[in-house]
Amino acid sequence: MKRLLKGGRVVDPASGLDGRFDVLIDGDRIAQVGSDLPVSLAEGGEVLELGAGLVVCPGFIDMHVHLREPGQEHKETVATGVLSAVTGGFTAVACMPNTRPVNDNAGVTQLILQKAREANLARVYPIGAVSRGQKGEELADIAELRDAGCVAVTDDGLPIATAILARRALEYTSMFGMPVIEHCEDQSLKGDGVAHEGPVAASLGLRGIPGVAEAITAGRDILLAEMTGGHVHVAHMSAWTTLEAVRQGKSRGVHVTAEVCPHHFTLTDDLLTAPIPYDTNAKMNPPLREERDRKAMIDGIVDGSVDVIATDHAPHHYDEKNVEFDRAPFGIVGLETAVPICLDRLVRVGLIRLPRLVELMSVNPARILKVPGGTLAPGSVADITVLAPDLQVTIDRAKLRSKSKNTPYHGWTFTGGVAATLVGGRVVYSNPEAGWPAGRA
Amino acid sequence: MEAVAAAIALSQKNLLGIADLSPEEIVLILDTAEAMKEVGQRAIKKVPTLRGRTVVNLFFEPSTRTRTSFEIAEKRLSADTLNVAIGTSSVVKGETLVDTAMNIEAMSPSMIVLRHPSSGACHLLARICKAAIINAGDGMHEHPTQALLDAFTIRERKGRIQGLKVAIFGDLLHSRVLRSNLLLLTRLGAEVWVCGPATLIPPGLDRLGVRVTTRVDEAVEGADVVMMLRIQLERMEGGYFPSLREYFTTFGMTEARLKRAQPDVIIMHPGPINRGVEIASEVADGPFSVILDQVSNGVAVRMAVLYLLAGGAEDETVA
Repeated sequence: MKRLLKGGRVVDPASGLDGRFDVLIDGDRIAQVGSDLPVSLAEGGEVLELGAGLVVCPGFIDMHVHLREPGQEHKETVATGVLSAVTGGFTAVACMPNTRPVNDNAGVTQLILQKAREANLARVYPIGAVSRGQKGEELADIAELRDAGCVAVTDDGLPIATAILARRALEYTSMFGMPVIEHCEDQSLKGDGVAHEGPVAASLGLRGIPGVAEAITAGRDILLAEMTGGHVHVAHMSAWTTLEAVRQGKSRGVHVTAEVCPHHFTLTDDLLTAPIPYDTNAKMNPPLREERDRKAMIDGIVDGSVDVIATDHAPHHYDEKNVEFDRAPFGIVGLETAVPICLDRLVRVGLIRLPRLVELMSVNPARILKVPGGTLAPGSVADITVLAPDLQVTIDRAKLRSKSKNTPYHGWTFTGGVAATLVGGRVVYSNPEAGWPAGRA
Repeated sequence: MEAVAAAIALSQKNLLGIADLSPEEIVLILDTAEAMKEVGQRAIKKVPTLRGRTVVNLFFEPSTRTRTSFEIAEKRLSADTLNVAIGTSSVVKGETLVDTAMNIEAMSPSMIVLRHPSSGACHLLARICKAAIINAGDGMHEHPTQALLDAFTIRERKGRIQGLKVAIFGDLLHSRVLRSNLLLLTRLGAEVWVCGPATLIPPGLDRLGVRVTTRVDEAVEGADVVMMLRIQLERMEGGYFPSLREYFTTFGMTEARLKRAQPDVIIMHPGPINRGVEIASEVADGPFSVILDQVSNGVAVRMAVLYLLAGGAEDETVA
């Protein structure tokens, strides 16, 4: 079936396009992008006249989510996770292997992919474990994981335990051109820390996790990537010192990429003090850091040192978060808040322009994971995110479609939202209030 | 006596920490404690102020001094008191703090005195409970009644807090007594110095309005008040310092080190003391020590807090 999207602003940095164009979809592929495409091209299909101000982009890819299935289905399932993803404007997600059991073998990978096919919403790219059981002792069967559909490996939740294992992982994955995604955090420095080490943790009496705990592991892995020729991707970067290490690595030509989460460039550890003291929805790992770090993440996004914005979507059940701060699990949901935050706090305020946002959320994740998408060039998959930059969005945890509601942004209002999400040419989410043609879904 | 006048009532329903108290409210509590101390000196040490009110002492950590002090304070005010200690409650069956609190709340107590190993546990309870919450020590965060009784003791001995040099020694990283004292003493205008091994100084402490040093002599120099914090044995096992012996030789408070202080210095300690670790016995038992006065004053200060949080109301009962 054919679909013609008419009247939107097309932002497709991979094709060098930013302007008023029409997009013709044929089946699950982009057929044509051009000015004033005749309606007759969509004969037998449908013509969608987009509301004023909507922006048509290659589909956003969140390369860091936790879907919790198998094993922790009370927090999230693949089905609820991808529903949350398409609601938030993501056409694809890459899911972390710290499930129960760990995704360290083809059987678990196949289960996740089967659940994703059944849900049939966003594309799901499993990420395999670096080490068997994520125990940090021996490599998992990485070639088998890749053959089963894994696009990267990581021991996320933990760093790769030792330098020698990180070295071997980088060497081994370099055979397949797969990235090693690293949760950078020196475990001895982290100790039993629960908050960023600094004045806020000192006054609240919370055990601290220093920023350099992240930078030390990042530095180790950047040096190992340089030595081995492997590709290290720094997950959820949060500390200014880590950004410095990434910049240095890039300047030497090391194959290092880095992602930042929306909470790390919008929030600081002041949120632990007010409005809700010891709010467990402000507890995540890496922790909210201080203003210097937050500002550095913005700088990295603006100057190009940061490659990707990812959410680290980490659903947890209400009961698990409704406990003493130091006993609560780390993590917040992020899939349905990322686009409003980025449109408001990066684009609307003028820090970056839309093409740069599309690079961060579509082009670069596709390139790093070597998955389809990231462009609207004819012949590519018709995965499309339609943005509504002028839409007023108030985050209401009760309305989140994720199974979990653990967000620190409840009640926050942002300018910018999602009008529609198309996966393989199908409209899997649409919002008529945002200017998407009513009656078409 | 103080640079600030007393408030007429507390603005908050709970006492979660000194952080929530204005200087005027602190002075109100200290002034009220003076009247309460007088009650404790009578032959019949009991007034009917909290008659008909139930106070639950909910202790998730072992405590002798603080729990006993609260219980005596409650009884002197005629409250009905109930002690719930971990090990005798359903907590051992895996019940969450929130569920425990909701069950106690369902029995309509007026106040809950909470001691808990997690920082912020009192804030969590305060969000759930209608009963007033009194923090009797939460993790590494605050121990407000300890700081109030310390201030009461200082004021009793020195006549003021404003302008005094108060030097605090020990485990600055893990101590809730320290945090409450920093807030209180700086709010009332004291010059606060803190001193301990660099491994036990949390980064960022210097941004909380105090002078931080690792040199004992510098901190003791000219001090009006020397306050020792307890060094817990597990800190040595955690690698924060090499041995108790080295801790004592480097940071222990001895008569020789005290010579740099003011001639009328007072020595304080929240207890329980480790003789020969943070403090020499000669100092703990010596003429400058007010350690047992602190314990006596603890009852009066806790009576004041209970009384004020109960609304102050029937003021004829104190007189």
